[in-house]
Amino acid sequence: MELRSTRSEGIAIIRVDAGRIDAAAAIRFKDAMRTLTKDGPDHFVLDMAQVEFVDSSGLGAIVAAMKQLGPRQRLDLAALRPEVDRVFRLTRMDRVFTIHASSNDPGSLAAG
Amino acid sequence: MDAQGARAGATTGLAPTGIRIGLTAKEAHIRAALATLRRALAGRGLGPTDCDTTELVLAEALNNIAEHAYGGQHPGPVRLSLRLGRGGITASLRDRGGPMSGSRMPEPGPPAIGVRREAIPEGGFGWFLIRDLTTARRYRRVRGENRLTLCIPRTGS
Repeated sequence: MELRSTRSEGIAIIRVDAGRIDAAAAIRFKDAMRTLTKDGPDHFVLDMAQVEFVDSSGLGAIVAAMKQLGPRQRLDLAALRPEVDRVFRLTRMDRVFTIHASSNDPGSLAAG
Repeated sequence: MDAQGARAGATTGLAPTGIRIGLTAKEAHIRAALATLRRALAGRGLGPTDCDTTELVLAEALNNIAEHAYGGQHPGPVRLSLRLGRGGITASLRDRGGPMSGSRMPEPGPPAIGVRREAIPEGGFGWFLIRDLTTARRYRRVRGENRLTLCIPRTGS
């Protein structure tokens, strides 16, 4: 699972460089997220623009990545494709995460 | 066998409206089978939204077979067949793993969203998604075989 993290005005933007977060990728995704967030800043945004498919295992791994953060850290999501956004809405996980339209504007990320 | 091999090894039926795929219930094989399925559905004129729905429902059903029926330890065979009708897609899955608990399909409601981070569920979404995205579901245990039939509506998009 390829994840690339860049820092912009105190926010770490993590780009998922893969088309699927599914059962085959879930454990590697969760482990890679733990490594990236362990000593990071307080605010992370997961940019999912490249992700075309998330199943229930992938969704569980994204929730687990959020739950394994430190108490002052938060994880937002950005750039969900419609087919991925639908999975979050159906399972009500869109109420658990702040979801940004894109990760390009650090000002609006901080406000969300 | 790697994912490429699984794709090459998958048996795909050529009937104009029917699709048959044989696979082993392992993560990499499920991924390859879903890719084969998606190409077959698109090739039969199914729209992208209906392809997305079908792929998600079958991913959940196949993951359940791998994780529960075969218990994640001894991956066994799954036969998947689909019929495309004008109103919907009928998918049939057969495996030789263990029966569903109480010989019944789980029919969970939506996940409960608590306010505390620790209380947010990390699982239990699979059967809820299947239930939400299908119009009919049937499960039968016949001579040591699980037979699951799922009806997925066609929206035309």
